[in-house]
Amino acid sequence: MNFSEVATSGPQFFTLVPWVVFFPIVGLLVNMILGGRMGEKAIGAVACLASGLAFVVSILQAVSLVGHPEGMVVPLADWITIGELNLRWAFRVDTLSVTMMLVVSGVGTLIHIYAVGYMHEDVRHNGDPGRFRRFFVYFNLFIAAMMVLVSGDNYVMLFVGWEGVGLCSYLLIGFWYEKGKDGIGNAIAGKKAFVTSRVGDFGFLIAAFIMFAFFRSLDFETVFAKAGAVAAATPWAITAITLFMLLGVTGKSAQLPLYVWLPDAMAGPTPVSALIHAATMVTAGVYLIARSHPLYVLVPGAQSTVAWVGAATALFAATIAVGQFDIKRVLAYSTISQLGFMVAAVGMGAFVAGMFHLVTHAFFKALLFLSSGSVIQGVERGQHHVEHDPRLKKQLKNQGNEFDPQDMRNMGGLRTRMPTTFWVYLIGALALAGIFPLAGFWSKDEILAGSNAFNTWIYGILAVAAFFTAFYMGRQILMVFLSEPRSPAAEHAEESPPLMTVPLIVLAVLSVLGGALNLPGVDSFGNWLEHTIKLGQAAVEAGGFNLGVALLSTILALVAIFVSWWLYDRRFREMQSLPAAKRPDDPLRSVIGPVFTGMEKKWWVDELYAAILLNPYIALSRFLADVVDWRFWHDWFHDVLIVGGYNLLTRLLSVRIDLGGIDAFANGLAAATQNLAARLRRVETGYVRNYALAVFVGAVLILGYLILR
Amino acid sequence: MLPVAYYIGLSAILFTIGALGVLIRRNPIVIFMSVELMLNSANLAFIAFARAYGEMTGQIFVFFIMTVAAAEVGVGLALIVAIFHTKQSIDVDQMNSLKG
Repeated sequence: MNFSEVATSGPQFFTLVPWVVFFPIVGLLVNMILGGRMGEKAIGAVACLASGLAFVVSILQAVSLVGHPEGMVVPLADWITIGELNLRWAFRVDTLSVTMMLVVSGVGTLIHIYAVGYMHEDVRHNGDPGRFRRFFVYFNLFIAAMMVLVSGDNYVMLFVGWEGVGLCSYLLIGFWYEKGKDGIGNAIAGKKAFVTSRVGDFGFLIAAFIMFAFFRSLDFETVFAKAGAVAAATPWAITAITLFMLLGVTGKSAQLPLYVWLPDAMAGPTPVSALIHAATMVTAGVYLIARSHPLYVLVPGAQSTVAWVGAATALFAATIAVGQFDIKRVLAYSTISQLGFMVAAVGMGAFVAGMFHLVTHAFFKALLFLSSGSVIQGVERGQHHVEHDPRLKKQLKNQGNEFDPQDMRNMGGLRTRMPTTFWVYLIGALALAGIFPLAGFWSKDEILAGSNAFNTWIYGILAVAAFFTAFYMGRQILMVFLSEPRSPAAEHAEESPPLMTVPLIVLAVLSVLGGALNLPGVDSFGNWLEHTIKLGQAAVEAGGFNLGVALLSTILALVAIFVSWWLYDRRFREMQSLPAAKRPDDPLRSVIGPVFTGMEKKWWVDELYAAILLNPYIALSRFLADVVDWRFWHDWFHDVLIVGGYNLLTRLLSVRIDLGGIDAFANGLAAATQNLAARLRRVETGYVRNYALAVFVGAVLILGYLILR
Repeated sequence: MLPVAYYIGLSAILFTIGALGVLIRRNPIVIFMSVELMLNSANLAFIAFARAYGEMTGQIFVFFIMTVAAAEVGVGLALIVAIFHTKQSIDVDQMNSLKG
């Protein structure tokens, strides 16, 4: 650790770091304000340039870090100052955050370029070309929010980015909000993602509150410095913080039990799935744990909880991926499974291995998603071709009324029709399966070696998950690209334009070479991260290379691929001779029967959640709305009690008090006066003699009085 | 010389006859005559006392009363003529416009 002598050398661009956020914001503002008058090409160029410039800034940060590995905190502004709470808007440049910046902006830029080609076709296919601009505004917003997340210097800034990416995820899942099942399927998927993540965000917030209660600060620097002292004084506080943080991680990084939103999130356009739901946003949880490592290493209980959650997720999601027919859903469950690997790794304390897998996974999973997008559009083009060719049209008769271009049972034989896509897909799949010497091999084996040293059970679970991974990827390749075309659309599928295939090729190269980041023995990535994740030598080495583990996992992967070949090539061909009615839709179904149905139905987790959480919740809210709010508060309390009581009171006041009291008094007075007058008027006879008599009598009386007094 | 009481008694009788005439009769001419009778009974009383006490004041009052009576009759007759013009009658019982 004697890099102090080089610490003063090399160029330094740390103060440029706010531009990783500003460039995407400028890009989105330009597209938002001026985009209406710009063409698709200009909009795409602005968005790609914004993301690309953020990448350039990230590279400059990395270059600066070579000379100054201790990094720097670049304060931008004071944000919140209330009493003891003092939050700055500050950017943290260290090896961990710059790694994330490079992945986000690098992979992000490639996906931006791909999306220009993809969305050009997608907006036309879905019939609203005007949404091209909106897509790139959201995309740049996502990059900005993700950059805030990874570069924030305190937990609140991280949380702002955390929520920002959640918002973009919601907006982009529901991008075609009027499409999907029953016209609201996509909107529901977006809502599900948002609400499920919210459960996790609640955990994050509670963790932040507890943290402030005990540390009186939310800055990384201060919290980590005090961690040891707080752990000695109140150990349960650190446990609570780390476990609540884990809840946040399960929400954002799609771990058990909150993973259910991610498969549905595939409703978004494919570049969204690649960027947000595979490469970057969902890894935020892994980043959070890696960033909070000084807290996690203090509580082994929380660490093993994290590891178990990750391992269980890895296996559980991998089994579901085997039974899926939607090409993107397979990848979605695969993503959940791989995120499980990463979470397990950071849980075990193998932070370097986890981050390494995060990076390589970003490469090959983005590649796989983007290629699947290319496949889907290729099949859509084939379908379009068949529908508009009078001679081919009659082939569509026995096809169902709704053609699903994402269903792998409609594909097959795409190898010759989409060669570029096939090759990059194959590279991505092999990298994911962990075949030597592709990127996934190195990172996954580092995790497996770490788990071998940590806990044999977890190692076993992860090894089985890795076996399933290789199996479902083999199944997918065989179903999609090899064998014979299974639909007219697949037979007439066409390759995608270069705007889409070039980023694929770049990602494929990265997927091949990504392992070079952290080759065993060289450990360049480990040494790089060591400047930030200071665990001492032993913990970092725990994630090192283990030849036995590597051999075993390679053999497992090869066996899995062989099994998939046997089932989906040999068995599939044999099954073609059976009559159509007796032919199962998947060769595996004939082997394991009900287990496959369980996999296909996702182990009924959605149904289980619906039964134990959702339906009671809906019933409760319906009860609250219909009975408590409407019938009790509105109908009874408001209408009967308040309105009725008020009516009663006003009636009492108007009839009894006003009419019966005040009016009656005034009227009675008038009537009495009238009555008296009517009696008195009789005196006024009009006859002069009466008046004279009155005067006479009066005079007599007065005189009589005077005399007789 | 006769005592004053005799004069006073005659004056009272005359006044009473006059008052009854005013109250009972319906002809305004007769009523005026009755009023004159009452005024003159008062005159008689004044004269009687003036003579008994040897004072001139009572005598002077009589002159005033005569003047007032003459003026009253003038006004009263003018009223009667005016009423006759409008109602073609001078019966006091017909003149009950003040009836309530």
